[in-house]
Amino acid sequence: MKKEPGMSMIVKRITRITVSLIFLFGVYILLHGHLTPGGGFAGGVIIALSFIHIVLAFGREEAMKHLNEKLILFLEPVGGLLFLGIALLGLFGGFFFLNILPKGQPFRLLSAGIIPLCNIAIFLKVGAGLFTCFIALSLLRIDRSDKGDK
Amino acid sequence: MLYILCTTLLAIGVYAVLVKRNMIKKIVGLCIIDYAVNFFYVVAGYKVNAEAPILSEGMDVMRINFVDPLPQALILTSIVIGLGVTMLTVAIAIRLYQKYGTFDTDEIRRLKG
Amino acid sequence: MLELHVIAILMIIAAIVAVEIDGWLSTVVAVGAVGTGLTLAFLFLKAPDLAITQLVVEILSLIILTRATVGLDAPRIKLDSRRLSIGLGILFIPLFILFVKKMVADLPAVGSPIMKMGQYYIEHGLKHTGAANIVSAIILDYRGYDTLGEATVLLTSVVAVLIVVRQQGRKK
Repeated sequence: MKKEPGMSMIVKRITRITVSLIFLFGVYILLHGHLTPGGGFAGGVIIALSFIHIVLAFGREEAMKHLNEKLILFLEPVGGLLFLGIALLGLFGGFFFLNILPKGQPFRLLSAGIIPLCNIAIFLKVGAGLFTCFIALSLLRIDRSDKGDK
Repeated sequence: MLYILCTTLLAIGVYAVLVKRNMIKKIVGLCIIDYAVNFFYVVAGYKVNAEAPILSEGMDVMRINFVDPLPQALILTSIVIGLGVTMLTVAIAIRLYQKYGTFDTDEIRRLKG
Repeated sequence: MLELHVIAILMIIAAIVAVEIDGWLSTVVAVGAVGTGLTLAFLFLKAPDLAITQLVVEILSLIILTRATVGLDAPRIKLDSRRLSIGLGILFIPLFILFVKKMVADLPAVGSPIMKMGQYYIEHGLKHTGAANIVSAIILDYRGYDTLGEATVLLTSVVAVLIVVRQQGRKK
């Protein structure tokens, strides 16, 4: 009998439901970072955890057919450059990192200047970076051969 | 008194890095040092019977006690950096195991070259 | 304040278990216990941002530690450490206690910090930036340079992991 990759059938069924819930929760914590506790770092790690959940439950080869790892590797420095770009925009107003977008009424979702945009840039960097590291560590085969594949 | 408990945790972490031979125990010691330092900073900024530093509607900022928000902001980045350090040391440990077949640092020191 | 002392003592016991015990799975579970105790401590210290971040970071580092250790058939290492290491360890403890005594005498007592900059950030945070979460306002507006440095550190660590993991393929 051929061994099924990944975990058992019960885990796969439950994963289909919980992955979307975890992703939604991560997006909520990310976008409301300037009103409730959370912000870019916690939201980015939660969204990376939802992708790792798929890879852990279904086995690596099966999950990699649906997720594009080259795209996620590409997104990580995009987040860093976006953060630097937002900071340089402040140069138009006076000095580096000035908060130049209009600050709306407090306690609304679209307030507080550049802070929500910076949260999104941080999420791209942290989430893509951690997912890439996890895939790299799971590709490393732990046996005593010195030659292997990438 | 709470400061002394934090520094005891730090001392346990440093003992694990110095004295143990197993590489995984050294990595565990590094993790424990991270946790102890973060704990110490947040305890240093705590005020008794105060509120968390999140404002809501109609709060009068001048009259309410708040906990010091500055150490919390600095430790937030430190937690994520601790995760990065753990990942890198685990990757190096796996590579060493692949090449030498053991996790023991004395063996690795003897086998080199 | 009593619950903080109880949590700190539990963390110390879990750390001693993690360092001394002799099996792979038990070590990883004990490290998880230390991290979860730290999450509870952050909740009691009125820091909800830090509690959320510490919880998810703890989960991720447990996954990575499990990947490295559990399931290996590496031989157990007996006969711990030689005389030089134990001597260094024993020399280290009185030095440490001396420094801790000096440090604790200089710091203000637990529960009443000197809040010069903190008071300024709390009073003028909502006016200057418009954000209700003061910690987010500090890390992204008042102290944005530190966040830029942290993004650089994360980039460096991801590149370093990719370099360490890379294996040369066989030439065909």
